Amino acid sequence: MKSLEELKAIRERMQNKVVLREGGADKRIVVGMATCGIAAGARPVLNAFVEEIANRGLTGAVEVSQTGCIGMCRFEPIVEVFEGDQRVTYVHVDPVKAREIVARHIVGGEPIVEYTIGAAEK
Amino acid sequence: MIRTHVLICGGTGCTSGGSQAIADNLKAELERLGLQDEVQVIRTGCFGLCAMGPIMIVYPEGTYYSRVKPEDVKEIAEEHFLKGRIVERLVHKEEAGQKLEDVPALGETNFYKTQMRVALRNCGVINPENIEEYIAMDGYAALGKVLTEMTPAEVIDVMKKSGLRGRGGAGFPTGMKWQFAAANDADQKYVVCNADEGDPGAFMDRSVLEGDPHAVLEAMAIAGYAIGASKGFIYVRAEYPIAVERLKIAIGQAREYGLLGEDIFGTGFNFDIDIRLGAGAFVCGEETALLTSIEGNRGEPRNKPPFPANKGLFQKPTIINNVETLANIPQIILKGADWFASMGTEDSKGTKVFALGGAINNTGLVEIPLGTTLRHIIYDIGGGIPKGRQFKAVQTGGPSGGCIPAQFLDTPIDYANLTKIGAMMGSGGMIVTDDSTCMVDFARFFLDFTVDESCGKCTPCRIGTRRLLELLNKITDGRGEPEDLDKLEELCYYIKANALCALGQTAPNPVLSTLKYFRDEYEAHVFEKRCPAGVCKNLMHYEIQPDVCRGCTACARKCPVGAISGTVKQPHTIDVKKCIKCGACIETCKFGAIVKK
Repeated sequence: MKSLEELKAIRERMQNKVVLREGGADKRIVVGMATCGIAAGARPVLNAFVEEIANRGLTGAVEVSQTGCIGMCRFEPIVEVFEGDQRVTYVHVDPVKAREIVARHIVGGEPIVEYTIGAAEK
Repeated sequence: MIRTHVLICGGTGCTSGGSQAIADNLKAELERLGLQDEVQVIRTGCFGLCAMGPIMIVYPEGTYYSRVKPEDVKEIAEEHFLKGRIVERLVHKEEAGQKLEDVPALGETNFYKTQMRVALRNCGVINPENIEEYIAMDGYAALGKVLTEMTPAEVIDVMKKSGLRGRGGAGFPTGMKWQFAAANDADQKYVVCNADEGDPGAFMDRSVLEGDPHAVLEAMAIAGYAIGASKGFIYVRAEYPIAVERLKIAIGQAREYGLLGEDIFGTGFNFDIDIRLGAGAFVCGEETALLTSIEGNRGEPRNKPPFPANKGLFQKPTIINNVETLANIPQIILKGADWFASMGTEDSKGTKVFALGGAINNTGLVEIPLGTTLRHIIYDIGGGIPKGRQFKAVQTGGPSGGCIPAQFLDTPIDYANLTKIGAMMGSGGMIVTDDSTCMVDFARFFLDFTVDESCGKCTPCRIGTRRLLELLNKITDGRGEPEDLDKLEELCYYIKANALCALGQTAPNPVLSTLKYFRDEYEAHVFEKRCPAGVCKNLMHYEIQPDVCRGCTACARKCPVGAISGTVKQPHTIDVKKCIKCGACIETCKFGAIVKK
């Protein structure tokens, strides 16, 4: 190691990878991953969220995790976004919608109403 | 893309509980489920709650699984990592029957919430075998800072202002030690890390080496810069194979990254570190004996002065710092002396790691600001005494320390207070005893240890401790005479005043402190030929209470020497002459009819 810049470069590259272990993110994206969810295609959705969050450097600020079946299997893949007391439930999510949710809801701060369960049930 | 990190404890405790097999099984399961690119398995250092090991923590959820067995792994992989369902039966719960939604987050549990992790900050967080993870946690930034922005004098000044004192036992101010060594001109100076942790019940240094070895390397390099040394030695006991292995890996990686070796950060500063293995002699934790051992001789202490800062290793100026002391240093450089000095008490700054053991629920490692009370450590963090028994005393500082009785539970723990009540900080081992411990026997245990470990160089220690042990044996055997108590005390003070090194000078402490606080137990042994705790075999016998005994014959059938006789449905009796006091009858009796007297 010949300079502080080299050290800094390693630190920045690695921080993104270990930040996951700090917990306590403000926002949570939870993907339903029970048998019904997986059958409906939840796995690529989950991976799309993880990638999109990482690409935007948000890994520590936004938690992406899984949950089991919440009982509305016909709407799977279901994704819930938690922020403070607010909870938005998206249904029939696919990888394209997932990236859109990150862009518009997580980053932009505006839930995408037409993808939510409220819109689907109308 | 990795979405889940699974941290599995790779410390000695959890490894002996099978955590290597757990990690191997998990990797195989993830492969089978096609999740190997999504879930990363990381072996870390100690999480602290060793009583509940092997421990597995899953992020980002922060799920804390305890007492995981290799055969549980399939279920965790299929349920949690594939389907997102937390395996409730394995989640650590502080209260029995707690519902999953009521289980607090890791940092909010009673065990962790008041801890403040400085020396242990990376233990259980990073992979100790990956230097880049250490760098991600600001590793080697402190070394970079001192080499590029600070003069050696400024580094020493920060150390002095921080108030850091040695965590190995004596509590000498670290900055002063560095200053003495820096002031001596020599063609070669040395930095030595004392990792010869030998106190029974202390394992914080092992855990730091296993969980965060680079913190120790970085601190040694900083020390080398401060005093003008280019060479360091880590003296670590061979009984710590995982620590030694991780140190070797860490030194190799640090050299590869140019963080040890020549011209570090392009500043012209050279520093390298070698490992020396100790053969497990307790006396080699004493600094001058340690140096003698590194030099290739039999580990025996030498006279002070000259102090190591003047004439240490190979007669060159040397500083010797303990592992935990070193682990604090990069943080002090990065966050400043004021930050460190804001924690702790007037004469004892910062935090201290304690190893909890003995009669306590949460056996493990805790790090708390100095000045915390014993009551908080034992009852709130440690979870109290098991089996509803009563707290009796806690032994701090191992065989060199003393025991602290219940009346001092609310004393803030710092260097001065512990010395005042006849104990000492020592390395931070805390062995908790309950009312089933005989304090005379307890003191005898530690004396037995020091007699074994005395190197034999000086007479007060070699012969004095042996005579002390003989007196204690006499008392616990029931042959004690009234004047023995005075003899004990006199001999203790004699050894303290005349032994060559700290091992001998502190060896009588367990006797003196038990004599001071539990004299009634000594007197019961000597005058009444009675052991109040019912531990000393020669001083007690078993009796069947005739009014409680139902004559079920269970004890008579269990007794290995046929000492119990009686007819069915009639009270039984024990033949004291035949009885070998094994206690099998007490465990067998369902009615509590048998008592120790």
